[in-house]
Amino acid sequence: MSAQELGNEIYTLKVNGQSHPVKDAWIGESLLYVLRERLGLPGAKGACEQGECGSCTVVMDSQAVCSCLVMAAAAVDTEILTVEGLGENGSLTDIQQAFLAAGGVQCGFCTPGFIVAVHHLLDSNPEPSDDQIRESLSGNICRCTGYGRILEAVKIVISQRDAS
Amino acid sequence: MVEVNLHGRQPQTVINLRRVEELHEWSHRHTQQTVTIGSAVPYSVMETGKIAELVPALAQAARTVGSPQIRAAGTLGGNLGTCSPAGDSLPVLSALNAVIHLIGPQGTRDVAWGEFMLGVKKNALGSGEFVHSITVPVIQGWQGYAKVGTRNAMVIATASACLVRDTEEGLISIALGSVGPTIIRCSQAEKWLRKTTSLRAGAQINADLAVEFGRRVSDEATPIDDHRSTAAYRRHCVAILAQRLLVRSLA
Ligand SMILES: Cc1cc2nc3c(=O)[nH]c(=O)nc-3n(C[C@H](O)[C@H](O)[C@H](O)COP(=O)(O)OP(=O)(O)OC[C@H]3O[C@@H](n4cnc5c(N)ncnc54)[C@H](O)[C@@H]3O)c2cc1C
Ligand code: FES
Ligand code: FES
Repeated sequence: MSAQELGNEIYTLKVNGQSHPVKDAWIGESLLYVLRERLGLPGAKGACEQGECGSCTVVMDSQAVCSCLVMAAAAVDTEILTVEGLGENGSLTDIQQAFLAAGGVQCGFCTPGFIVAVHHLLDSNPEPSDDQIRESLSGNICRCTGYGRILEAVKIVISQRDAS
Repeated sequence: MVEVNLHGRQPQTVINLRRVEELHEWSHRHTQQTVTIGSAVPYSVMETGKIAELVPALAQAARTVGSPQIRAAGTLGGNLGTCSPAGDSLPVLSALNAVIHLIGPQGTRDVAWGEFMLGVKKNALGSGEFVHSITVPVIQGWQGYAKVGTRNAMVIATASACLVRDTEEGLISIALGSVGPTIIRCSQAEKWLRKTTSLRAGAQINADLAVEFGRRVSDEATPIDDHRSTAAYRRHCVAILAQRLLVRSLA
């Protein structure tokens, strides 16, 4: 597809189970940009826009990826899950509640990325070791908490889920 | 995407390989003892599982790339397309004498690793050509990849090395990353080691010999000073990496 051809063409992205037509987009737009600026889903945050910080993390076809590095037009036919799609009817998930309880949220800028990454981690590995938690969150940067409270939050969720 | 987001690159045409299924596949040929990996298979698939069993050094290299998010998206095709001397899969492809399968308007062709990487971010891809897949042998014997960087995650290699020990053939191959304009295959050090000692199964190597091997490997590096490190430190790193990998290969 050339830029001209795509000019007014519509492509469709499937985000949080819903189909969203994207109109008048430029071919070089990232998924992060399209989610935030065109689809009204500002949960994923943009900081570095080069894959280093993880604040833009979304799940695409069951893989956590940096939405800033995905070309939106190339995400057609994938299932995209953003932080907005995690809780039911706007309620907080157990992971979000644990982040609040443990003090894992300070300025909050990194939080949506961490929340998505932790959801993805615990979906694929419900009982991760400390090393596995650290490894799986190594692509998410937080400048405020020092990470201890974030690890704490993940462990709270693991033990709560174990108990229930 | 980083070029587009931050450096004002404006693509006019985009080719989306996501739906080209054969590029996402990999296979193990038992008769030839080879593994062929599609150019769009992500690192996350190589890190564990069957590929990791068959080509452990590739799995180790894959595990050191960026972060889980980067490994879910990044591919060998992208590492070969970029052809940075710091590309983590490249020393492995070099040490294993990988064959790169290309496809383009003129048809398909196979390029040996030695003819693929031509310089910093320069490769043998012709206009309109792209990497279809990569074939590496399944080797009897130890293989490993080691990388030095400023952190444990999300770090570009200051220096790296891959060593493969083929106990059937009695050969050791070693290739270095981030210490020259291309990946450096240390053929002099390899030859010296082969002449000096037996490398077949059960062979022992003494500590002095490993140190000397490291020194000879580092003599073949051509590192530079840049914003990431100095030439002297990189030379030191590859000597230590080579020495350690050799010792591990015989443990
Ligand atoms: C935050 C971050 C951290 C990173 N860390 C590392 C690291 O630790 N180690 C490392 O080695 N790399 C690292 N990289 C670089 C990158 O992830 C790798 O080079 C990866 O292999 C790129 O794969 P890709 O499929 O995403 O390629 P893309 O980014 O899609 O493409 C890269 C280039 O290769 C070309 N290309 C892609 N596929 C093909 C093909 N099949 N045939 C021909 N050309 C092709 C593209 O046209 C483009 O020029 C990092 C990148 C980021 C953003
Ligand atoms: S904004 Fe995507 S990783 Fe930083
Ligand atoms: S809470 Fe501020 S960056 Fe993490």
